Amino acid sequence: MNQQAYVILAALLFGIGAVGLLVRRNPLVMFMCVELMLNAVNLTFVSFAKSLDDVGGQVVVFFVLVVAAAEVVVGLGIIVSIMRRRSGVTADDLRMLKG
Amino acid sequence: MQDLLWLIPALPLAGFLILVLSGGRIREPLAGWLATAMVGASFAVTVAVFADLVSHGEEERTFTQTLFEWLPSGSFQVGFGFLADPLSITMCLFVTGVGALIHLYAIGYMHGDPKFTKFFLYLNLFVFSMLMLVLGDNLLITFLGWEGVGACSYFLIAFWHTDISNATAGKKAFVTNRVGDWGFMVGTFLVWTTIGSVNYLDISAGASGVAAVTATAIVVLFFVAATGKSAQIPLFVWLPDAMAGPTPVSALIHAATMVTSGVYLLVRLNPLLFEAGWANDVIAWVGAITALVAALIAISQNDIKKVLAFSTVSQLGYLFLAVGTGNYVAAIFHMVTHAFFKALLFLGAGSVIHGMAHDQDMRHYGNLRKYMPITAGTFIVGWLAIAGVPPFSGFWSKDEILAGAWDYSSGGKVLWAIGLLTALITAFYMTRQVVMTFFGEEKWRSLTGEGHDPAGGSAVNAAENADADLEHSPAHDQHGLTPDFEPHESPPLMTLPLVALAGLAIVGGLINLPFSDQFERLGGWLEPVIAHEHEMPGGSTLVVLAIVAILAALTGIGLALVVYVRKRIPAKDIEQEAFARGFYIDESYSRFVGGPGRRLFDAVAWFDANVIDGAVNGVGTVTQVAGTQLRRLQSGRVRGYAMGMAIGAVLLVGYAVARMGF
Repeated sequence: MNQQAYVILAALLFGIGAVGLLVRRNPLVMFMCVELMLNAVNLTFVSFAKSLDDVGGQVVVFFVLVVAAAEVVVGLGIIVSIMRRRSGVTADDLRMLKG
Repeated sequence: MQDLLWLIPALPLAGFLILVLSGGRIREPLAGWLATAMVGASFAVTVAVFADLVSHGEEERTFTQTLFEWLPSGSFQVGFGFLADPLSITMCLFVTGVGALIHLYAIGYMHGDPKFTKFFLYLNLFVFSMLMLVLGDNLLITFLGWEGVGACSYFLIAFWHTDISNATAGKKAFVTNRVGDWGFMVGTFLVWTTIGSVNYLDISAGASGVAAVTATAIVVLFFVAATGKSAQIPLFVWLPDAMAGPTPVSALIHAATMVTSGVYLLVRLNPLLFEAGWANDVIAWVGAITALVAALIAISQNDIKKVLAFSTVSQLGYLFLAVGTGNYVAAIFHMVTHAFFKALLFLGAGSVIHGMAHDQDMRHYGNLRKYMPITAGTFIVGWLAIAGVPPFSGFWSKDEILAGAWDYSSGGKVLWAIGLLTALITAFYMTRQVVMTFFGEEKWRSLTGEGHDPAGGSAVNAAENADADLEHSPAHDQHGLTPDFEPHESPPLMTLPLVALAGLAIVGGLINLPFSDQFERLGGWLEPVIAHEHEMPGGSTLVVLAIVAILAALTGIGLALVVYVRKRIPAKDIEQEAFARGFYIDESYSRFVGGPGRRLFDAVAWFDANVIDGAVNGVGTVTQVAGTQLRRLQSGRVRGYAMGMAIGAVLLVGYAVARMGF
């Protein structure tokens, strides 16, 4: 019963993240949506690791966390530097690789 | 001594490389002496190897020297090796020997030519290629030399390339030879698939196991190759035009060496020929007909070199007649003696041309024996040799070919009769040439005006060659013969090789006299190479045939004397227009290639441009269009990509769920 609630919560979080990624244009918000999706997946892994009594799921979560941390460092860096050059820019404005 | 084998081709190659790398810093006459010395040294090495072979027993006179693995690819192994056996060493002896003499002569002949160094560089490259052809121990190395001599022939025919007709003659020789090369390549492929090796020793060993049909096909293909290189019908048309080159080239390439390579190839493959059935008939008949046709054409030529060119074609026909009738020893024998006397005749003609202000029209000559005694004397020796007058060398070798044809199973008597008729005509046209050149009135004294008359240019491509040789040499800018012109004898550098070759032409027959086995030295020497010995007619028949041959030669000479000295019969009645124009063979080729052939080639070119290239270009166009369309997906809109991924993820999940059957 508990298990089901976790999975539903994770699905909800993932859905919010995915929809947010698609509908919002602010790069920072889209970035947060990606984080939401990643953590929804983490939640799924953890809950299944608990119910199946398999530590492998938790190991994967650590990997995801590490990758997400690295991603945040790089991603935030890029976003901040873009924002400095052109404040109030949206993802749709960044179609070209050049500034 | 055997280890020195590789030096034989390496020395001329070294000469070539030195002359190339010196970048023209080695000039006349040093370049000529260097080239001559290289070929001379090569001859010396050949003699040493020859002596070494002789000192061995008859069964041990074959050895190979492999320098390195050339093409080691799976079961197809080709070594870069040389094969020394009686056949290849015989060839090497006269290629390097006659070649060295001609090099020596060329130092005198090419005196003053601005491209002196280049000429000798080509000559050395040619000798190298020819030696590769002869010494190679497998078909591929022979092919390397085969192509090499073809290329050198092209360079040298078109040597004075500023004249468009010379350049055209060079191209013609090259293209005609390529037709033959096709036969060589396909033949080699067939040998490889049948016997599993292109090595001559393997071919000899495996020949008896080859099915008759396959052997016939192989031999016919190699015969196609041989007709190209050795100027037989239908591919002989290039050789007369090749006279556009300098005379030493005509002597070296188009008489003594390169043109014999087709015969060499067939003799080399004689174990296969033995299995080949009717292919031998084809070879014999093509040879006989070529001999006759070319001899007839030679009657009506007025260019001194053209007569000799057609005479060469005719004599090569004899060689093929001998090969076709299985009489390989006679073929090699005649090849050697022909190399002596035809080189002599060509060099003699060159000497005459040199002394006559580069006019080649025999109708302007006459009484030259007074002005050039050495040239005249040696030329007369050559004439008697080629006419088949005993005891000169040509008699012995030609008689052996004719006698050998007598007993041939299919149409031997007819072949013999054609050969005999050709011998008669040969004696006739050679006598005509000698009489017109060295005897009679001094005809240039009565020339008027320009002296040179292009309309009277005799040969198949009259206009092409009439002026071909006239303009190259700064020393001979004044090429018109004037009535007060005084001919002069050539320098000793040129007459010395003439005398040497004349000596060889006289005694050359000694290498294979038919009296007893003891005298048939060449026959015994070549025995290990010839798989199946040829049966000659018995003693009395042989004598009768020889007497008939002598009578034919004397008749030919007599007839010519009646026509050209006594003038009982007008020369015009003999010198038919059809002969002068080479039986229109050359012209019909031009017509065919220019008319229907041209359309065919245009159609092939269209097919190539549209269908073949179309397919290739089509693939490119499709890829390009597809790429252009797909590029639009890369819009740069991050949310678009996210949407694509989301849809994809949904589809994947949907698919997985459907598979699991929820």
